[in-house]
Amino acid sequence: MRLTPTQMAWRAAQDITDGAYVNLGIGLPEMVAKFQPPGRKAIFHTENGILGFGEAPEAGLEDWDLINAGKKAVTIKPGTAFFHHADSFAMVRGGHLDVAILGAYEVAETGDLANWSTGPKGVPAVGGAMDLVHGAKRVAVITDHVTKDGQPKLLRRCTLPLTGVGCVTRVYSSLAVIDIEGGQFVLREKLPGLSLDALQAVTGAALHVQGAVADLIVPEL
Amino acid sequence: MDKTVTDPAAAVAGIADGMVVMIGGFGGSGAPIELIHALIDRFIATGHPKGLTVINNNAGNGHVGLAALIEVGMVAKLICSFPRSADPVVFTEAYLAGKIELELVPQGTLAERIRAGGAGIPAFYTPTSFGTDLARGKPVEVFEGRSYVQERWLKADYALVKAHLGDRLGNLTYRMAARNFNPLMCMAAAVTVAQVSRIVAPGEIDPEAVITPGIFVQGVVQIANPAQEETLNRAGARYPEVAK
Repeated sequence: MRLTPTQMAWRAAQDITDGAYVNLGIGLPEMVAKFQPPGRKAIFHTENGILGFGEAPEAGLEDWDLINAGKKAVTIKPGTAFFHHADSFAMVRGGHLDVAILGAYEVAETGDLANWSTGPKGVPAVGGAMDLVHGAKRVAVITDHVTKDGQPKLLRRCTLPLTGVGCVTRVYSSLAVIDIEGGQFVLREKLPGLSLDALQAVTGAALHVQGAVADLIVPEL
Repeated sequence: MDKTVTDPAAAVAGIADGMVVMIGGFGGSGAPIELIHALIDRFIATGHPKGLTVINNNAGNGHVGLAALIEVGMVAKLICSFPRSADPVVFTEAYLAGKIELELVPQGTLAERIRAGGAGIPAFYTPTSFGTDLARGKPVEVFEGRSYVQERWLKADYALVKAHLGDRLGNLTYRMAARNFNPLMCMAAAVTVAQVSRIVAPGEIDPEAVITPGIFVQGVVQIANPAQEETLNRAGARYPEVAK
């Protein structure tokens, strides 16, 4: 039993407050936008220079001057703002975003993140990943708890090339919600049927418990 | 003063072998496709310019625009943040064959290096890339308890950009997210040429709406209905067209 990617995105969305400025990484994190709780409206930022953009247009109505960082067509809505790339990354590095939510290959208990390179093969590409991990007030990661081969993705130290050092503050995994505090993984929520021992067995660094651990309960989606 | 240039060929005529050329756009949005194709036309006709260093966020998509510039062999080095796309085959093959050099730069650092180049700031410190492979060999300083990496300005001989409206003095507006790197590149090049959908008389652009002031622009060329990379790629276009 583990959460689907959609369910992880739902869980991450519950922590975004009304009016928060949020950057969602390309891919899985983009799904978070669909699950904002009723009554809350975050303002989404995309690196290529839009704040407060709307959903994808209908097929055939794309305007290719109006795209997000994943180069997918988006729309404008009342309150949208356009700006150039230096202003866009001033919003990122300058500490103006409330939350950035990213994917991960590996996360270390130190808060180090590896999410841009799986090694020296092929063509390297970094995009905005290394910028996004700096400056947002919260940097959260959505990730399966283990790799496709069942190996832990939450580790004492990352083995892959780093995206940033000591940058991640919370992990939404397929099994648990874990904060990173003082160089430790602190368990906040876990799936109700999962024992602490079983969770620890698939985690590559010590899980610390401070106070109650809540049940991670997510609707069927 | 009139910065109007008659056609794309004239706009790119001054670009010589080995020059550093900034090309605006993020993917297809804001990419000056007609200026790039004019540069390719000159290369096909004369063998020049070649050995260019190109600065762009990406590395082209499909077989048009920047990808075509790489495919015909005009680019010796690319400085970019994300050399992947829906169809990155041209850059990928050139890179893996050792035919093109790549300097990979985080996207925000790329933007700020260009801005710094235009603003006369030779170096600056950023938290981005600290502790990563992309910071190797770069000076690090601690400010208020955090570590920052020194990055240097980027400047160019030419910038080729796409804007929406331009007046004869070079004042420019942009369309939506097609702004992206274009205003920064206008500042950072010795010569900036902008292709615009319409050239208007001075005064027709509200001064409050000017995004790039004309001081940063040396030439404006009108391309009334500019091609869009995404549309060309969906149609399977190649540049220059393959003889059938």
